[in-house]
Amino acid sequence: MSDILVSEQSAAGASGRPAGRLLEVDDLRVEFRTRDGVAKVINGVTYHVDAGETLAVLGESGSGKSVTAQTIMGILDTPPGFVTGGQARFHGKDMLKMSFEERRRIRGEGIAMIFQDALSALNPVFTVGFQIAEQFRVRRGMSRSDAKKRAIEMLDQVKIPNAKGRFSNYPHQFSGGMRQRAMIAMSLALDPEVLIADEPTTALDVTVQAQIMDLLAELQRERQMGMILITHDLGVVADVADRIAVMYAGRIVEEADVYDLYAKPAHPYTLGLLNSIPRLDEKGQELRTIKGLPPNLMNIPPGCPFNPRCPMAQAVCREKLPPLLQIGAGRASACHFAEELVNRD
Amino acid sequence: MTENILEVRDLVKHYPIHRGVVFKKTIGHVKAVDGVSFELRQGETLGVVGESGCGKSTLARVLMNLEKPTAGSVHYKGQDISKLSGGALRRLRRQIQLVMQDPYTSLNPRMTVGDLIGEPFEIHPEVAPKGSRRGKVKELLDLVGLNPEHINRYPHQFSGGQRQRIGIARALALRPEIIVCDEPVSALDVSIQAQVMNLLEKLQAEFGLSYVFIAHDLSVVRHLSNRVAVMYLGKIVEVGTEDEIYERPTHPYTQALLSAVPVPDPTVREHKAIIRLTGDVPSPANPPSGCRFRTRCWKAQEVCAREVPLLQIRSGSDHPSACHFAEKREIVATHEAA
Repeated sequence: MSDILVSEQSAAGASGRPAGRLLEVDDLRVEFRTRDGVAKVINGVTYHVDAGETLAVLGESGSGKSVTAQTIMGILDTPPGFVTGGQARFHGKDMLKMSFEERRRIRGEGIAMIFQDALSALNPVFTVGFQIAEQFRVRRGMSRSDAKKRAIEMLDQVKIPNAKGRFSNYPHQFSGGMRQRAMIAMSLALDPEVLIADEPTTALDVTVQAQIMDLLAELQRERQMGMILITHDLGVVADVADRIAVMYAGRIVEEADVYDLYAKPAHPYTLGLLNSIPRLDEKGQELRTIKGLPPNLMNIPPGCPFNPRCPMAQAVCREKLPPLLQIGAGRASACHFAEELVNRD
Repeated sequence: MTENILEVRDLVKHYPIHRGVVFKKTIGHVKAVDGVSFELRQGETLGVVGESGCGKSTLARVLMNLEKPTAGSVHYKGQDISKLSGGALRRLRRQIQLVMQDPYTSLNPRMTVGDLIGEPFEIHPEVAPKGSRRGKVKELLDLVGLNPEHINRYPHQFSGGQRQRIGIARALALRPEIIVCDEPVSALDVSIQAQVMNLLEKLQAEFGLSYVFIAHDLSVVRHLSNRVAVMYLGKIVEVGTEDEIYERPTHPYTQALLSAVPVPDPTVREHKAIIRLTGDVPSPANPPSGCRFRTRCWKAQEVCAREVPLLQIRSGSDHPSACHFAEKREIVATHEAA
């Protein structure tokens, strides 16, 4: 397995991709074909993750952030979900064209994922230890006792107290925060290069959330992993992300460095989001809201999908779909008026 | 000072834990709410914050008298709610209404919006005589920002935020004086959450409502509340004005809680000191002796295990705080500092 990856890496290096670029999603399109019609869930998503960086994918429910991740992992439910275009390249190789066997080898070792709800992501009828050790047995061909030893090490690494004793506990015997730790242990067991964390702390209390985010950041630093953090929480993003991609109606509407994005958002949707959150550090006046609702994905409005809710919308916004264009170093925005937005005070 | 509309004294709610099927034996109690006292003033919003399992939702249920308290009292304008039953209770319930967290499960999917919002009038016909009900429901829909023409639609035809508006319209139908909001915005997306919060503020100003606003999101609570009570394992550990709790917290738990909230500003990343709590919240069936927070507290001493700290004003705290060693500490990393 490892030698396949190495040869791929060197081949890709020759083709001029930046070193350390692990995962690239390129113009990905996914639709859900349901009884009621076709929902265009992902409409051309492009992003990439390099080794050692954290990309936050920010969006509200229905924006397509989780479906993108599911497509990358190859766990999209088909039907109803169908990939209708684009690529998801890992080390330069399109995973969407790979055989089932090839993709299976990438899962866990190349790319691993942690989910929001650890209780439903873990199998309730096996012990937590068994579920971690299983990977070492199946993928590494370890003996039962070696696998157990490694699994206990993993539990220890994610700071579960008394890892040895906890090995033979079932998921329901763990608290919410511990379950999330166990799932992190499981996803990191095979030392992946990219970790996709889909709302890893949304179901947790703030004090536990802080613990888990710390743990993730620490493990990422140690292993130089690329991390995709999928979330709707602007606070968590500000704390840990290096780069941010904001999604709306199945498209990336803005991509920027974390400091730039919070200081000067280049898309009215991002600006609206930042204005509409209540803040801990100030007693707010009336919140400035984004009017209206996100669009129905079976019937996305023509032009810019955000135009019906946008305070800056002009005639052109109703006619022409703004492409995601570079507006500066490492910054891109899909708004006709991005320049004006960034340059105003 | 305005008068107290609701007075809660030493409220206790314990749930028995049973063992056995035929010969049930009580082997313990989950102490969901264990001695909570506070008052709600006319026209104010009292925020109640705490992590899951601290008893904040049980508190809401007892305030509504959906559950009888194990001990203690809830006085509405001098009348003990927990002692009432039958017609007297029904009349009183008009004055206290509840908005629930999950707009997806708290609305009956087989009823139209008109029926859902009009249902309170069936129980309290004196508020709106039969002929005028549809008109009243349309007024309510308009009030909460929904299209009155959608009166015949079903809940599934609305989005989450719109459903929460339906829940609010239903709570408003009987013109109550108090609305207990149990996590009313936590199931909603950021952009929708702000709309609902603004609506709650607008309605309060318009009708002089008093809110008990229960939530786990400290930023949301700060935004809406005049006073805030912080709960931990069934007890209030600190209570004060919004400013006292957020700018000058004196209880270690409040300080830890505030420091853990992610601030949506990357520039405060570096100079933000998070107080890291270790471990999890202990089980409410078997809380620690003395101060319940002592197992996770960095200040804990021998006295904390022995003596339950009372919720009172102390030398280190200008507002009631239940810590033997209460002292001020600035927590919230403001962006002005950045």
